[in-house]
Amino acid sequence: MKKIFSIALVLAAFASCKSNNGGNTLPVYGKRTPVTKTVNGQTATDTIYQTIPAFKFVNQYGDSISEKNLSGKIYVADFFFTSCPSICPVMQRNMLNVYNTFKADPDIKILSFTIDPKYDSVKVLKKYADKLGISGDTWWFLQGKKDTTYKLAEKNYLVAVSEDKTTPGGYVHQGYFVLVDKEKRVRGAYDGTQPEQVNQLIADIKTLKAEPTPAAGQ
Amino acid sequence: MKLKVVIGLGLLLVIAVISCRDDKSIEFARYYSSGSMIYQTHCQNCHGAHGEGLNGLIPPLTDSIFIKENLHQLPCLVKNGLKGELKVSNKIFEGQMPAVDLAPIEIAQAVTYVANSFGNKLGTVNVDRVNTDLFKCQ
Repeated sequence: MKKIFSIALVLAAFASCKSNNGGNTLPVYGKRTPVTKTVNGQTATDTIYQTIPAFKFVNQYGDSISEKNLSGKIYVADFFFTSCPSICPVMQRNMLNVYNTFKADPDIKILSFTIDPKYDSVKVLKKYADKLGISGDTWWFLQGKKDTTYKLAEKNYLVAVSEDKTTPGGYVHQGYFVLVDKEKRVRGAYDGTQPEQVNQLIADIKTLKAEPTPAAGQ
Repeated sequence: MKLKVVIGLGLLLVIAVISCRDDKSIEFARYYSSGSMIYQTHCQNCHGAHGEGLNGLIPPLTDSIFIKENLHQLPCLVKNGLKGELKVSNKIFEGQMPAVDLAPIEIAQAVTYVANSFGNKLGTVNVDRVNTDLFKCQ
């Protein structure tokens, strides 16, 4: 009797594990708008999700990077500046784990936007990337207009970055890593200063990769 | 009766062992454990939980020869920060270390922690020594 009970317990544990893994889809963040269309006399309601809008930045190699370079890619975005003495080093140390896990995968990218473009020129960003041990095109350090970067961060990446002269380095910002899927939708936000959350991010990237791509036109 | 004697003797032995730890090692333990907390709050973000630094950006604290040779400079580096080139572990670092606002006793505790962790073993750096070192800062 006891034996049967323990077997049942093990089975139940397995079953619950399986349903957890099987039903593992990531939420879609941001606003959503229902759109009702009439096709062939039939009305259908579809949901339009908030997406990251078109942008144009320059990477550490001096190349222009826009949303076109990211079409069909899963990417992680964060906001930093090279002279940051507070949370950036620990964020970059954790992001290095993401980089090392996916650097051989052409479908995964990391974008680090500088929030101090005045100081962080292309030359400064290149040197920073070299010192961090980054090469190739997996991890881009992007520089653009300050207003554009802040707007993109606040409105689209749900990250609050704002200037504050009282904190060391002159900037205060939240160390979020934001996960964006192939359709430019935000699918997750992780505290980049916490190694466990960054491990979750790595796991979630793998989940996203396994997600079926919807057929074109849908 | 016999049991009581054994317990009593055992207790005496424990007390003897505890008091055997001389004042110096007690001082060291105090400095080291307080220093560990200060390190976590003020140093670990950049220098890492194991003093590993961050590739070519932030120097490690694991170069025991560097730490030994610069032990008397460390309090000044903490208090005033550092700018310009620095060679550690055969690598040139050139970022900037911010000044950390700590009392001399806290600097002594943090330096004791670093000087006895990550492969370093240099004993207690007490507050009197730190005050002397700080007096000579440029």
